[in-house]
Amino acid sequence: MKQRAITVLNAIAVFAALVLLWQIILWVFRVPSYMLPSPWAVARAVPARFPSLLNSLAITAEESAGGLAASIVVGVLVALFFAQSRWVRKMLYPYTLLLQTVPIIAIAPLILMWVGAGIPAVTLIAFIISLAPIIANTTQGLISVDENLVHLFLMHNASRAQLLFKLRLPNAVPDLFVGIRIASGIAVIGAITGELFAGSSRVGEGGLGYSILYASSQLQTDYLFALVLAATVLGFSFLFLVMFLEWYFLHRWHESARAPEAE
Amino acid sequence: MNANASAPEIEIASVTKQYGSGRAVLESIGLVVAKQEFVSLIGPSGCGKSTILKLIAGLAAPTSGTIRVDGMTPQNARETISFVFQDATLLPWRTVQQNVGLGLELEHVASDRREKEIAGLLDLVGLKHVAKSYPRELSGGMKMRVSIARALATNPRLMLLDEPFAALDEMSRDRLNEEILRLRAEQNWTAVFVTHSVSEAVFLSDRIVVLAPNPGRIHAEFRVDLPAPRTSTLRNSPEFDAIVARVSHTMRETLRQ
Repeated sequence: MKQRAITVLNAIAVFAALVLLWQIILWVFRVPSYMLPSPWAVARAVPARFPSLLNSLAITAEESAGGLAASIVVGVLVALFFAQSRWVRKMLYPYTLLLQTVPIIAIAPLILMWVGAGIPAVTLIAFIISLAPIIANTTQGLISVDENLVHLFLMHNASRAQLLFKLRLPNAVPDLFVGIRIASGIAVIGAITGELFAGSSRVGEGGLGYSILYASSQLQTDYLFALVLAATVLGFSFLFLVMFLEWYFLHRWHESARAPEAE
Repeated sequence: MNANASAPEIEIASVTKQYGSGRAVLESIGLVVAKQEFVSLIGPSGCGKSTILKLIAGLAAPTSGTIRVDGMTPQNARETISFVFQDATLLPWRTVQQNVGLGLELEHVASDRREKEIAGLLDLVGLKHVAKSYPRELSGGMKMRVSIARALATNPRLMLLDEPFAALDEMSRDRLNEEILRLRAEQNWTAVFVTHSVSEAVFLSDRIVVLAPNPGRIHAEFRVDLPAPRTSTLRNSPEFDAIVARVSHTMRETLRQ
C-alpha cells in the first residue's frame, strides 16, 4: 500500500516537473501561443470545448473498440486454423507478417475508395492494423502445449474437440492476452491515423484524428493539445481495461498475470 | 471388467525400438509382468526405460516385436492404464479437484459421480484442504500427490510411473513411496515404475529390472523378497541394505561395459 502511494506520488511529481518545464520554455523562448499554448490554455480548452471533445473521443473509442473486437474474433479463428497443421502455418504465416509490415497509410486511400470516408472505414483500418499480434500470439499459445499433457489426454482417449477446448485453448489464453494488450494500443493509433485519411467531415462524426487535423488548420493549438491529451487518455484506458481483464482472468493460476498497477 | 485372470498384465516380446534410421534405443526386450506385481525399471540415462513405459502405454509404437496389455494391444487397453509423468503435468488453470477429475471428465463420467470420486481420492492422498487451490499454490510434493490422485481416479488396473519423484527432496520422496505402497495395498493395481534411485526401487518393488544403455537392453533382474507391509523402518534394516548394495553393484557393471 505504501509502495503504491509512493509510485503515485512519483508520477504526480514527474507530471508537475514536465508542466513546469513546459511553462519555462514558453517564458524563456517567448514562443507564440499558436505554436505552443501554455499548459493553462490547454487546461482551459478542455472544459470550454468539452461537448465536442467528448464526442470526438467517443467516436474514436467506438472505432478502436470495434476494430479491436473484430481482430480478436478473426484473430482467434485464424489462429485456430493455423494450429491445425505445421503445413498450413508455413504456407500462410508469411501473410500475417504482410499485415504487420504494409504501412497502413499506404492502403488507407484504397480503403477510402472501397468503403468511403466514415466510421466503418476507420474501424476497418483499426482492425487490419491490430490483427497480426492477435494471430501470432494466439497461434503460439495453441501450439506450445506440454507434450506430456497431450499424452495425458491421449491416455484418456480424448477427442480432437476435447484436446482443443480443454487443453489448447485454455493454454493459449495468456498468450491471447499478450496479443490483445499489444493490439489495444495499436488499434487506437490505427483509428486516429485512419481518421486523418478517412475520417468523416459530417457534423458530429469527426473523431480525434479528424478533429486534430481540423484544429491545426484553424490554428486552435490549445484545442489541438487537448485532443492529443484525450487520445492519450483513450490509449491508456484501453490498456488498463485489457490489463484489468487479464488480471481478472489469469491471476489465480498464471504467474505472469499481475495487478494492473504493478506494471 | 472382463480381465483375463490367467493372462499376465504385460507381455513384451522381442521388442526393438528405433527412431528413424538411427541407433536402436531398445533391443530385443522381453519382459512379462504378472497381475498385481510391482516392477521397477532402473538403469543409467539412455537405457530407454522411459521408452518402455511409452510403448506399454501405446504412446509410441515398437519398431518390431509385440506388446500385450492384459491380452490386448496397448491402445485397446488404455482405459485400464494410468500414466504418472515425471513432472506433475497438471493443468494450471484448473483447481486441484478439477485436475483430479480430468480423466473422469474426458471419459464422460457424470458430474455427481465425479464429485464423489474426487472427494474420496483427495481424502486418500491427504489433499482435502487444498481441493480448491490452484497448482501454483502447491509444493512439488503436493503437486505430485494431485497427479497420483488423478491417475487413480479412473480406477486403473495398471499404473505406469515415469520417475514421478525424481524432482522431489528426499523426505517427500520417502513419504510418497510409503504412500504409493499403501495405495497399492488398498487397490491392487499392477505397477511399472521407472526410477534412477536404487533404494526407491528396492523399497517399492517385487522385482527390479536393471537395464543397460546403448542400445537399451535388459541386463539383470532381482526379486525383492522383503515382507509386507514395508514401512520406513525397513530402510534401516541390513536386509534392505544388502539388496541395495547388490543392485547398485549391477548398475555399475552396466556402465563399465
